[in-house]
Amino acid sequence: MNFWFELLQNILQIAISPTTAAFVLAAIGLNVHFGFTGLMNMGQAGFMLVGAYGFGVSVSYFGLGFWAAIAVAVGAAVVFAIILGIPTLKLRGDYLAIVTIAAAEVIRMVVKLAVLQDITGGPSGIPGNKYRPVFTELSPLPDGKTTILGITYANTGVDDWWTRIVAWGLVALFLLITWLLIRSPWGRVLKGIREDEDAVRSLGKSSYAYKLQALILGGIMGAFGGVVMALPAAMQPDSMGRPMTFNLWMIVLLGGAATIFGPLLGSILFFVVRLLLTSLAGEFIPSSLLNTQQTEQLAWVLIGLALILLVVFRPQGVLGNKKELSFNV
Amino acid sequence: MTRTTAITVSTKRPLGVALLLTLLLALFLGVFTASPAHAVECVPDAATGCVQGVIKTGAGDPAAGIKLTLKGDGESQSVETDAEGRWAFAITAAGTYSVSVEKSSLPEGQFFKSADTREVEAQLNSQASALFPLTDNEAEASGGETSTTGKGEAASSSSADSFSWPRFWQQFVSGIRMGLLISLASLGLSLIFGTTGLSNFAHGEMVTLGGLLAALFMGLTGNLWIAGLLAVVASAAFGWAQDKVLWKPLRKRRLSLMQLMIVSIGLSITMQYLFQFFWGSGVIRIDKSTPATWTFFGVTLTVQSYIAMGISLLAIIGVGLGLMYTRFGRATRAISDNPALARASGIDVDRVINIVWIIGAGLAGLAGVFLGLVFNGLNWFTGGQLLLMFFAAVTLGGLGTAFGAFIGSMLIGMMVELTNIWLPGDLKYATALLLLILILLVRPQGIFGRKERIG
Amino acid sequence: MSDAAVRSNAHIEGYPYDREALRAELRTLDQVPGVAKRDPILTVDRIERRFGGMTAVNVAHLEVPRGAITALIGPNGAGKTTFFNLITGFDQPSNGQKLIGGGDARWSFNGKDLRRTGASQAARAGMVRTFQLTKALSRMTVLENMLIGANNQPGENIFVGLIPPLWKARERENVERAKDLLARFKLDAKINDMAGDLSGGQKKLLEMARALMSNPAMIMLDEPMAGVNPALTQSLLDHIQALRDDGTTVLFVEHDMHMVRHISDWVVVMAQGEVIAEGLPEEVMTSQAVVDAYLGAHHDKDLGDDDALNTGFMRAIATEIADEVEEETR
Ligand SMILES: Nc1ncnc2c1ncn2[C@@H]1O[C@H](COP(=O)(O)OP(=O)(O)O)[C@@H](O)[C@H]1O
Ligand SMILES: [Mg+2]
Repeated sequence: MNFWFELLQNILQIAISPTTAAFVLAAIGLNVHFGFTGLMNMGQAGFMLVGAYGFGVSVSYFGLGFWAAIAVAVGAAVVFAIILGIPTLKLRGDYLAIVTIAAAEVIRMVVKLAVLQDITGGPSGIPGNKYRPVFTELSPLPDGKTTILGITYANTGVDDWWTRIVAWGLVALFLLITWLLIRSPWGRVLKGIREDEDAVRSLGKSSYAYKLQALILGGIMGAFGGVVMALPAAMQPDSMGRPMTFNLWMIVLLGGAATIFGPLLGSILFFVVRLLLTSLAGEFIPSSLLNTQQTEQLAWVLIGLALILLVVFRPQGVLGNKKELSFNV
Repeated sequence: MTRTTAITVSTKRPLGVALLLTLLLALFLGVFTASPAHAVECVPDAATGCVQGVIKTGAGDPAAGIKLTLKGDGESQSVETDAEGRWAFAITAAGTYSVSVEKSSLPEGQFFKSADTREVEAQLNSQASALFPLTDNEAEASGGETSTTGKGEAASSSSADSFSWPRFWQQFVSGIRMGLLISLASLGLSLIFGTTGLSNFAHGEMVTLGGLLAALFMGLTGNLWIAGLLAVVASAAFGWAQDKVLWKPLRKRRLSLMQLMIVSIGLSITMQYLFQFFWGSGVIRIDKSTPATWTFFGVTLTVQSYIAMGISLLAIIGVGLGLMYTRFGRATRAISDNPALARASGIDVDRVINIVWIIGAGLAGLAGVFLGLVFNGLNWFTGGQLLLMFFAAVTLGGLGTAFGAFIGSMLIGMMVELTNIWLPGDLKYATALLLLILILLVRPQGIFGRKERIG
Repeated sequence: MSDAAVRSNAHIEGYPYDREALRAELRTLDQVPGVAKRDPILTVDRIERRFGGMTAVNVAHLEVPRGAITALIGPNGAGKTTFFNLITGFDQPSNGQKLIGGGDARWSFNGKDLRRTGASQAARAGMVRTFQLTKALSRMTVLENMLIGANNQPGENIFVGLIPPLWKARERENVERAKDLLARFKLDAKINDMAGDLSGGQKKLLEMARALMSNPAMIMLDEPMAGVNPALTQSLLDHIQALRDDGTTVLFVEHDMHMVRHISDWVVVMAQGEVIAEGLPEEVMTSQAVVDAYLGAHHDKDLGDDDALNTGFMRAIATEIADEVEEETR
């Protein structure tokens, strides 16, 4: 009984954790790219990385304050989107996929460079306590701990309520922004581009400019995801690599591409199901048969298979509408 | 591996509130460690500290498979460096630890530049690092270490970051070698793309599979030639089966190319972790003996490298001639040009595509065997790491043209090895990818590609 | 066409044209390729497009008269679609101007130099095209398709789009306009259907209606009749004529000679990438050059040369076509 109760509590915890929120943020961005505009961005982790490092380096190396550092993070994502977008947005979808994945890898390799050790921390990244204080000092919460539904965290600290409030507040804000934009004429043009770019161009809309705007917007969301991901932990270049991008794709497809709440639902489902898999396996399969590491590997095998099954049998995800499906190449 | 260490340590704790925390932590670590680039991972938090570092060879390449031991706080842990030369220990108590590198696990021709054991002061929720610089120059090695025999491949170079003609020449030939190996894989990738439109993200895993199978068969037969041959045959069979079981049915279901591409990503993830499950995350060596080297016009490579280059070249020429002069080749090109027309003119498109998969997978498997031999070992991510090089090569040449893929591969191979002379080894893949992005900027259809028609 | 919105083309200077006057004026022109018009809306100079070794388009000079319906005809592969692509910025001429240097291709629309503008800018300049293979936005409704055609919606700016009060009013106007146009093209019953569910002919109509949402000065139709139900053909012809009567210049590609002669004021003939003849529909379509082109014969630059039609067989076919043409004129 105890196990099940704790499992339930764990599920709750994982559902509201800042990491989940970070994934939601980045997935909302990816959904703006892929779901609404049809851009095959395979480098969303790169946006998270430039955001996280833009923030972390600004604080830890340049000594900037919180808001300035956030501005740098956003600026870095904008620049990254422009650099990526200019050569690729005129090309066919699969080129964009290859170039974005390549650019995300390049940027990861660059921050890992040993010569940048002083600035980016090289391969080991930047420890959280070097940049977190600028964030925690903004907390209006009183000192101490708070327990909600049996879950206790410090109000303000390393992995605290303050981070959660801000993270989920951002999620709400971005959901609102996408909701407004998708129902606007701007969103209609994006949808048109997703359907047939040449048709939209023949009607006098610069599809290039719209795609670039979408890339920038989704990239900024990704950058916030990166910052939120780094706040309660440390900044790790390799935590924002290819697997991260693939996970985000999984999340967007799971929840339903081109829906407003798909990324939110997808992200929570993704984490909860993984938690269930690993903890159930840990509890009921003797470790002589399957140790923790192997459980983890099998969980990944299942994720891979789930991705295949999902995209083949239910490409619209949980919330999506098959009629509005956005695979068009 | 540290990742296991971190997780097993945490599961040993008593149940209760601590479990909540640790499960969260384990999951957290799971998320972070998910990065296939590194099996070696440690994330510091309130209950964990990390001792970590990267070991590079004198030439600046990551040194994989080096054994390290950490002692202190009454415990002792061992790890091996991963494919990128990284190592990390997770500790659960602050204190002084000593990290030592096992000399016998150094790659051939590598020597300690300074010490082989270091003391580190480690704290929870933070990272401490220790450096173990290596050199390939015996003269630079720290005292007493020079007795090691055998010359590594980069033995002729004097220093990692200075230009000299002999070093250029050495890297140039390495570039040809790299280019040929990339060609093997990217030819298949390009043929598959040309005939089916699929950007196959699981192509890297087909390469890895070849290498891992070769290691398996080597263990069974003991003969490298037989093992290599079996691995290639098995890879080709896997290509056949993959098409029959997965891709052909999906084509029949009329999945869009984007969907197919995501299916291939799912397949890639599945295969990577199956490899880990069955082979572990360490370095697997196909040929465990010390490879003989051969110096030819001032270039020192292993004998196996020369053989690999020769066979690769033959295979590439064979495929090229086959594409140009056989009925199958013409059919392949007809399908690449216009699948509907090809089908209408009586070509059995599915059969041709199936053969393309067999050839593509066989070539990828061969590339894996050679990569495992030439770089003296491979792991579950070797192909995945090179995947972007294959894509870069194919895109550079113009998606879907076989000759373009070959030229693109040679360019990428050269780029990877030659930039190594001037730039840090960490960047050798980055420059190739930058080249890709730049070329797309000026010639989006690739070097040999064609523009699409509108209207 | 009485719709006030479509009428708004009347602001184009020098309009309205009297159709009879326009025809009379066109009749006075030399019927030779590249002849100058009094008031061309589109002027093209030395535009060339090669695919590998093949020259798909090589037009020395062409002027499209304002306010008229101009037909662009020619056998398959003549380069008509490619020419459309070049003019509208969907493709770049091989002799086009590059960032540095480049060739001397030049074309201007409504007095605006279009050499270095992209497809969307060309459209915004007032030259909207349709495609030979229809490009309906399949998973959007017919109404959404129409609304996307409007080019006066401020909400298409990302920042304005965030604040609905800034664009709702214009949206309502555009919906009205879209309904009017759809009614005219007999698509009003389909207004909330997905465009992908329309028939091929309906998609062609929708594409045309959508192109009209922005009141283009010139509309370029690439084979508008292909796939359209014959029962609809007549009404489509009426639409096109009504457009002209409202002041929109029409340039269209068509294979249906009946339609060409029925509604066009001027005909341009292309073959193997070149403009080989130009003139009034009645006359140009019986000219040897055109017959020649449609017969696929290789003709020389000297179109006055009768050699190509020397055999009795050729003559027979030529007269046959001429007869047919006459019959249709009646
Ligand atoms: N993207 C392209 N690549 C190669 N050849 C092309 C391309 N687009 C058109 N062509 C060729 O150019 C010629 C003219 O084509 P097109 O303009 O479509 O003719 P039309 O519309 O008059 O029937 C044809 O021979 C066609 O094959
Ligand atoms: Mg055409």
